[in-house]
Amino acid sequence: MSAKNKAITEGLATKAILILVAVVYVALILLLPLASVFSEAFRHGWRAFKEAIVEPDALAAIKLTLTVAAISVPINMVCGVAAAWAITKHDFRGKQLLISLIDVPFSISPVVAGLMYLLLFGAQGWFGAWLSAHDIQIAFAKPGIVLATLIVTLPFVARELIPLMQAQGREEEEAALTLGAPGWRIFLWVTLPNIRWGLLYGVLLTNARAMGEFGAVSVISGHIRGETDTMPLQVEVLYNEYNFAAAFAVASLLAGLALVTLVVKTLLEWRHGDQLAAAGH
Amino acid sequence: MATASLPISRKGRGRHSPLPGLALTLTVTILWLTVLLLLPLVALFIKSLTLGPAHFVEAAFSRRAIASYELSFGAALVAAAVNAVFGLLVAWVLVRYRFPGRRLLGAVVDLPFALPTAVAGIALTAVYANTGWVGKPASVLGLQLAYNPVGVVIALTFIGLPFVVRTVEPVLADMGRGLEEAAATLGARRWIIFRRVILPEIFPALVTGFALAFARGVGEYGSVIFIAGNMPFKSEISPLLIVTKLEEYDYAGATAIATVLLLASLILLLLINAWQGRELRRRSA
Repeated sequence: MSAKNKAITEGLATKAILILVAVVYVALILLLPLASVFSEAFRHGWRAFKEAIVEPDALAAIKLTLTVAAISVPINMVCGVAAAWAITKHDFRGKQLLISLIDVPFSISPVVAGLMYLLLFGAQGWFGAWLSAHDIQIAFAKPGIVLATLIVTLPFVARELIPLMQAQGREEEEAALTLGAPGWRIFLWVTLPNIRWGLLYGVLLTNARAMGEFGAVSVISGHIRGETDTMPLQVEVLYNEYNFAAAFAVASLLAGLALVTLVVKTLLEWRHGDQLAAAGH
Repeated sequence: MATASLPISRKGRGRHSPLPGLALTLTVTILWLTVLLLLPLVALFIKSLTLGPAHFVEAAFSRRAIASYELSFGAALVAAAVNAVFGLLVAWVLVRYRFPGRRLLGAVVDLPFALPTAVAGIALTAVYANTGWVGKPASVLGLQLAYNPVGVVIALTFIGLPFVVRTVEPVLADMGRGLEEAAATLGARRWIIFRRVILPEIFPALVTGFALAFARGVGEYGSVIFIAGNMPFKSEISPLLIVTKLEEYDYAGATAIATVLLLASLILLLLINAWQGRELRRRSA
């Protein structure tokens, strides 16, 4: 037994070295930068940190980031669930194309995504003249920021749910249907309990990206301080003004959000790994 | 409730789904994709078509633009290659070994998915610039890790790691040990077993992870611009050049470069999908 095991595993020294290299690599690439955010943020003490956070522009950025996430996350959640329902509970032509399209935003550079909206809604864009005639502002204003956030976070919920719902099949819903349940009730009582953890997982990733998006939002926001600067943009502005302490203070809030996201994500994977496994986690 | 019925039966599936909601959910999905994705994509392509071929080529393939492609694609390639090696190692350690802190290591790997890119950018700069925790000792050895193409590679290495680990990990975990045991019984050394038995088995996943990390790196912006130095012809990535053109109100120039990047990423996406589809069929066969 032990001889056999020895043959298909590495010696203790090899194991230790491989583990050490992996840990050092992850520490260098991931952990040191994360630690540096907090170290820089609190370099001048708690008071300086607090002052940087309660500064009006910083507060405006925090409020804007929360608002944008509060609008864009529910939209992509509802549409993502709708897409997953159509794709997994029905058969129609072009389904594969639809699945591929949902993947596209992941491969587009965020800067290119922002530019596309500028070409639609900017002053010289397709709808630019019409929008300004009707006194509606999308580019360089909050609606543009929401749109840019929507496109970069579009795939998360749908991509989580599609493999999950595919693996679960349609039998339970069909049984509920024969019992005479209406469609919305089938979804709420049969489907939703089966997918809730996967859905939460998708929403979590959507929210993290929504609050942290930089490139796409940066192109469309116009950088109006106190008005169209989200938290990541505020980090850039402060950093470029050499106000490093304040930049890292705002950044540390975002890093804190990332840590919370990671903890919840890990808990979901441990507790409900069976449900998430279908999606390849 | 809108009960959906499709007029024609579909090939392959002999069965028509009796479940409701197709009309509603499909309408929502198509509207969602059209407004957020298709319309903007069409706007970009039409804008670049209206530039005319001569103007397009001039803007998309100026010397400065070509230098930026070389950097964006080159640095993404190097970073993806580094991650292919170390990402495989991390996945291996996570799947095969039990040690204290293993679960923590597994959780931390996803950090780049959760940490906003701008935060990653300033944090990496703080660590790898000449005054930083790693940058300082490196500079004593004469190594400049920030404000040059090396900095770009470092940022893209950060961004790409989880793609490799998360693609290789499940394949490694599902792999049966039977072949390994057989090879060991035949007296093969551990390293030979790894190269001849294990590596071929996980190679397709490794390629997928490499390609995903590469594709992400090509378009990456937030984590790179702080550490790159952003010197035209030297350390200016393509997405930054697009932003620079926009700040100069050169929409035509920005659009041309964006079109090249977009086409490259769509081609990459198609290749990755085709590769994954092939693998899926091979595994289920």
